[in-house]
Amino acid sequence: MHDLTLAQMCHGLARRDFSSTELTRHLLERIGAANPRYNAFITIASETALAQAAAADRRRAAGDAPALCGLPIAHKDIFCTRGLRTSCGSRMLDNFVPPYDATVVERCAAAGAVVLGKTNMDEFAMGSSNETSYYGPVKNPWATDCVPGGSSGGSAAALAARLVPGATASDTGGSIRQPAALCGVTGLKPTYGRVSRWGMIAFASSLDQAGPMARTAEDVALLLQVMAGFDARDSTCLDRPVPDYAATLEQPLAGLRIGVPEEYFGAGLHPGTERAVREALAEFERQGARLVAISLPHSGLAVPAYYVIAPAEASANLSRFDGVRYGHRCADPVDLRDLYMRSREEGFGDEVKRRILIGTYCLSAGYYDAYYNKAQQVRRLIRQDFLDAFANVDLILGPTCPNPAFAFGAKGGDPVAMYLEDIYTIAANLAGLPALSVPCGLVDAKPVGLQIIGNYFDEARMLNAAHRYQLATGWHQLAPPALTETAA
Amino acid sequence: MSIQRADIEKLAELARIHVNEDTVTATTLGINRVLELIDQLRAADTTGIAPLANPLDATQRLREDLVSETVDRDALQAAAPAVEAGLYLVPKVVE
Repeated sequence: MHDLTLAQMCHGLARRDFSSTELTRHLLERIGAANPRYNAFITIASETALAQAAAADRRRAAGDAPALCGLPIAHKDIFCTRGLRTSCGSRMLDNFVPPYDATVVERCAAAGAVVLGKTNMDEFAMGSSNETSYYGPVKNPWATDCVPGGSSGGSAAALAARLVPGATASDTGGSIRQPAALCGVTGLKPTYGRVSRWGMIAFASSLDQAGPMARTAEDVALLLQVMAGFDARDSTCLDRPVPDYAATLEQPLAGLRIGVPEEYFGAGLHPGTERAVREALAEFERQGARLVAISLPHSGLAVPAYYVIAPAEASANLSRFDGVRYGHRCADPVDLRDLYMRSREEGFGDEVKRRILIGTYCLSAGYYDAYYNKAQQVRRLIRQDFLDAFANVDLILGPTCPNPAFAFGAKGGDPVAMYLEDIYTIAANLAGLPALSVPCGLVDAKPVGLQIIGNYFDEARMLNAAHRYQLATGWHQLAPPALTETAA
Repeated sequence: MSIQRADIEKLAELARIHVNEDTVTATTLGINRVLELIDQLRAADTTGIAPLANPLDATQRLREDLVSETVDRDALQAAAPAVEAGLYLVPKVVE
């Protein structure tokens, strides 16, 4: 049952092959057994999940079955869930139980979803390996000595380990796509403003976007359909109609113009990843798409610009954690200043503190123009590269990440070595463009991803391309060997 | 541009994060690595380029000034470290 996709579970529930209660109980048992091994969940919500499943079964019996009725999912622990601890992977929020649901959580609940738990993540979504989580790193089900990627590593690993068929996630510089690539699952970062961020704990507000992860593009489309749409409570959420993503999934790709940026195939790209991505490009050609060589000349400046803009916004957003209204408070503060200084020292981990300090530096008097303003100018140049490219192509394809999953500790104490793992994903956040990752091969017996970048609000075309690719290939169906060995 | 230990102390004060003696050297090194990375921006010619704050060039949407939601104070304050009679407690600020 756990090998089924969301779409297959949906059919199974409709045919009464099994009930949501049976499905939920089965997956909770799997999570209980496997979580000590993978550490993919911070909180497992057995009791409420079973209650939601029972309610979904009653709803279906009464003839009312909305899109996700009785389907089990997990939420990244960055989304506030009323009455269910929301830690954001941080000691700061270790005991935080939100008094409200994020819009994404609310929409999934209204569509009948069952929430199995909250998935592990890099602290405040700052990381590409899950090593910054206060709750310890998630392990990659494909190789447990390797990272699952980050920051949404818990969601990606839970999907790969068949603990859950769908999950929510968030992406500020690659936090959906990179773990999806490293764990062999499918993940989509929508256009900035497509999905409400209300109730999603803020990291860098001009970059953050919520999105779905699943094992197939078809399932990602199903989740996006529920998650997307206007929300007056998020002032950056855009009021634009949401297309029927399922309706166009099967469309043939003949005539599709695919841009292949030369900068995404340069130094630093693992030859195995390059081979897998080029084979995927050939599959699109076989289906009638036309490959067009393009250039995104400012690509090399994306990571430097990001590491000004994201920390600057983070330093402002995370100022709310003051030890007064919620979150960690130090013991016996002598005065208010001491309360702030020590609560934040103890509540935040090293990477979060580093980014807050860098952001504070970039925004401080005398440095604002040299860093923040300059980075925002470069950001416009990066966006213009994409606008120029999309004048001639429909989609842009390339690798999601340069390398397959790396070993824990491999990046040592060098933050920049870690940052460069996001070299191909960050530009889409700076430009606000939608981008998704689909599995496209194995390198050293570990998955690698193909990145599909679309024009603004063109998620339907991206999902169409990803789905057609998955109809012709089997990479997305591969399970980590440890799972099949256990089953056998 | 690189920063020194004294700069870290100033930043820590501005950001209200205590940096203890044991970690100040590692913190300085880590931040200087990142500053080397972002110094690459200097090479970019941005003459006449306007900064881009919102990727879609969107501006904040305004709404009518009406009450839209009411707050349950007890529920909100349940997450606070210390409250009394509906107020947040902090160390004495005014003597």
